[in-house]
Parts: sequence; structure tokens; C-alpha cells
Amino acid sequence: MKLFSVEKPGVYTTYQDLGRTGYLKYGVPASGALDRFALQVGNILVGNPWNTAGLEITMQGPELVAEVDAVISITGADLSPMINGERIQMWKSLTIKKGQVLEFGRPRIGVRAYLTVDGGFEAEEYMGSKSVYEPAGLGRKLEAGDELHGNPKKQKTGIGLFHTEIPAYDRDAIVRVVKGPHDDKLSPEVLEQFFTNRHEVSPQSNRMGYRLVSDGIKTDHEGDILSDAVPLGGIQLPANGEPIILLADRQTTGGYVRIGTVIGPDLPLIAQLPPGGSVRFKEITVEEAQEIAIAQERDFRVWEKIVR
Amino acid sequence: MNVTLHPLGEACVKITYHEEVSHSLTSRIQAFCRELASLNKEGITEWVPAYDSVTVYYEPWVLNYDEITDILEDITAVATEASEKKVVITVPTLYGGEHGPDLEDLAKEKGMSQDDIIKLHTNEDYLINMIGFLPGFPYLSGLNERIAAPRLESPRQKVPAGSVGIAEAQTGVYPIESPGGWNIIGQTPLRLFQPEKDDPFLLNQGDYLRFQPVSKKEFNQILEQLEQGSYEVQREEVSR
Repeated sequence: MKLFSVEKPGVYTTYQDLGRTGYLKYGVPASGALDRFALQVGNILVGNPWNTAGLEITMQGPELVAEVDAVISITGADLSPMINGERIQMWKSLTIKKGQVLEFGRPRIGVRAYLTVDGGFEAEEYMGSKSVYEPAGLGRKLEAGDELHGNPKKQKTGIGLFHTEIPAYDRDAIVRVVKGPHDDKLSPEVLEQFFTNRHEVSPQSNRMGYRLVSDGIKTDHEGDILSDAVPLGGIQLPANGEPIILLADRQTTGGYVRIGTVIGPDLPLIAQLPPGGSVRFKEITVEEAQEIAIAQERDFRVWEKIVR
Repeated sequence: MNVTLHPLGEACVKITYHEEVSHSLTSRIQAFCRELASLNKEGITEWVPAYDSVTVYYEPWVLNYDEITDILEDITAVATEASEKKVVITVPTLYGGEHGPDLEDLAKEKGMSQDDIIKLHTNEDYLINMIGFLPGFPYLSGLNERIAAPRLESPRQKVPAGSVGIAEAQTGVYPIESPGGWNIIGQTPLRLFQPEKDDPFLLNQGDYLRFQPVSKKEFNQILEQLEQGSYEVQREEVSR
């Protein structure tokens, strides 16, 4: 069933679910939503399985005309979503009526918003995922004139997160890191600077990774290691002293020293940082990191029960 | 065996083998991955073998760090035998000309004939240490050092899929069209990555790759057979 017609595609709008699993060993990036929290909550709010593909909307949103009545939600960055020119509430399920126009205005806070729809979107699936990864020809970004299809199941509306449960995105983020595996190749001074400096987000940041500019990290290590798998959130430190946080579209393997890994639950804070924003790193143990991830998973399950 | 485990965040763990990279190590890493696959343990989602490591992705709400490291240490203790067989995949390659635009310069540089380079390049069965960098791209070891060559000074904007190249002491095949600075000496009609297929990949970590020189006519024949679906990739199991 036709759900939306695309009047304007926005600057970079792609289908993303939680990514493809099982193909990293073949060199295929996982891809998937950069802000996994926002996508998963968006899906829960419209009654979908958490892993359902939504539209990841970057900075300048699309203009979509509804072809049927559909239950949707907008989560993630506040890019001023509107229906027929009226601001709509985010992090809440609501109905868009046939003929109404969903559009976005000025980006207020954050970079990436997610549009989820009851029943999900129909889209080409590659290796078990609808996540678009253009460099390998796995789908493409939205274009004007596209038709978006789906199968709405008439979900109830008005379900939302409590104010306190909505993430507070900021231009300045503090994220938690589990150190390693190559921190033993770095001097105590470099580690100290890494964990105390405020690092600025470079404009050369994208779905592959966030590049950071950092005053005064004077590296003296050999930049290269024997290539190994690079995890989601891994922080490379090339010899130029400018850290790179690796995200969903990262290459699967790499040969740079990695100082640590940003924990999964904090990656949305990175994904929502605009160029010129900043990030600080705080070290925690793997046990603490797992407690945080488990608590978040528990929240999802509780919210899902409330919706159903 | 000297193996250490290290957490990569809350959902990933790296197993490092502290020894020189060798055919035996690659085979044992392959054995490790086989064991891990057959264990089919809930909470373990995927793994990536590399030169001297395996990285395992898991769900911390199913397995905590102590639990996953116990499981993986047990597997390293079992997967200690290199396999006695090896799989060799033959990759037909058209060398030189428009398909291998850097072969002529490379031959001049090395003071050899183009045929000498081709002979040295096809003489070895190359071990696939790992797959990464691009979908289906093999990291191969075993290049004859006499034909090792630095990367091009200015990389090409577009290297066609199937291009066979040399960079430093490595040789490889581009699975998809991509920018690249390798010396391109030939091209295979085979596709290393076909996302629309049920099994999109030609190569696996731990297998061996054999380049076989073909003529322009044979190259075109294979292309035609591939299109018709009648081409059979040559894949043989031999003793080490």
C-alpha cells in the first residue's frame, strides 16, 4: 500500500534498521541507524518490532505527502517536524491523515531524526537488512518522486515517552569509554590528554565515523597495528593525534591503534553532535558498561509492554 | 597457547593470539570460528577473524563479560589443530592491456618482461588471512617480493570491480568499483561480491586463491557463461 509520496527528499534520507548481522566477517559494514535508541523507541511507539526499518533523516528533512491515514512517530533530533505547517510533538505516536504533508523546518538540536510508521516500510532487503549502504550498492537515499510503501495495521496513537525519558541531546557530549585494546602502545601523557581534553567535531564526520580535532595530543606511537576488526564505537588514534570514533558504516577492519570503545548506549549522543560540537571521554569498566546496556534493554522491554 | 582476551566496549571482545602470523595460525583461527559457529550459542551474534585475532560480538543482556570469556577460552583450548586440507579457489585473470594498465610500467620498473611478472604472480597459492576493507576483499599473503611495488603516487578515482592489483608486499582483488592506489596488473571476470545472491561472497578466510592467466577470448567466454549462469567456479580441496 502506498503510504507517502516524496515531494522533496531532504539532504540525506535513508532507510535504516538495526543493521545487517553476520556479514562483518565478509567485509560488509553493519550499517543501521546511528541513533539506535531513537529508532528503537520510535518503533516501540508505533507498535513495531524494534528492528523495523525507519527513515533516518539528516539535518534537512524531506517533504512527504500522506497517501493514506497512518500512525507515525518522529524521534531523535528536533528538526522542527510539522504536519500541514503545524509543529507536531516528538517521541509520541500520532496519526497523519491522507493528503496531509509532513515536513521539517529549522534543525533545533541534534542531527538525525527518525520517522517510523505503524507496520514499517516495504523496501529492498539486502543480506537480511533494509539499511542503505550506498558505497556497496545496497539501496540508495530518498529521491523526489519516490513512493514509500508499507502495511499499516491501525495501531493506537497518543503513546509517548515521559519528559524525563527523552534523551537530552547537546552540542557538548560526555561519553563513557571502555579502554583498549591498544592503550598499552600509548604514553601516559597521551592517555591523560585524551581523557581530559575537549575534542571538537570536524565537518568531515559522517555515518562512517566522527573525526575529532584535539589540541595538543602529541602522539609518539607507531600509528599502525596488524589489521583487526573495528567495533562499533571504536576510537582510532592515528599518528596525527586526531581521534576518529567509528560508527555504523565503518569499514569492518582497520590498522590504526585504538585507544578505547565508546559504549553503545552513549553512541546516540555522538550521532547527534553537529560539526563544531564537542565531546569528552570518561573511562568506565566493562562491568559498568554492561550494567548500563542491560538497564537500557530493560527500559525498552517495559515500554513495549506498556504499548501493547 | 598464549592467548589474551580484551573487552571492546560492552558488546564485543577481542581474542589475540600472541605469535607470528603463519599459515598454521590462520588455519587455527579458522578452526576457532568453525567451533564457535557449531556452538550456536544464544547471545553470540557474529565474529570477525583477522591476522592474529578474532573479534566476537555478543549481547551483554544474554551473556556477561565473564561468561563470554569463559566460553571463548574453552574454544581456544579445543581449536588447536590446523586443518590438513586446504581449499583452493582458481581466479581466472586477464593480465595487462586495458584490464591491467600498470603491468607494462611495473615490468619496466622491475627490469622484467610482462610474462615474467605474470609467471611470478601466478606461481603461488595465496592464503586469505582475512576479509575486510571492502565487501569480499581478501587480504592475501604470499606475494613474491620480487614483484612487490609501492602504491601509485596518485590514486585512481575509479578502479573497476575484479581488478587485480599489487600494493607493497600485498596482492588483492577489488570486489567492487572503488577509488584505489594499487598497481592494477589484470582483471578477473569473476565477481567477489554479489549482494543480490543468496551467497554473495566468493571467498572465505582461510581459503587459498590461485590466479590463472587467461586470454581475452577466454575472459569474454567466462563473462558470457557467468551471465548465463553456466560458469562453475573451480574450487578444489587438496592436502597441505
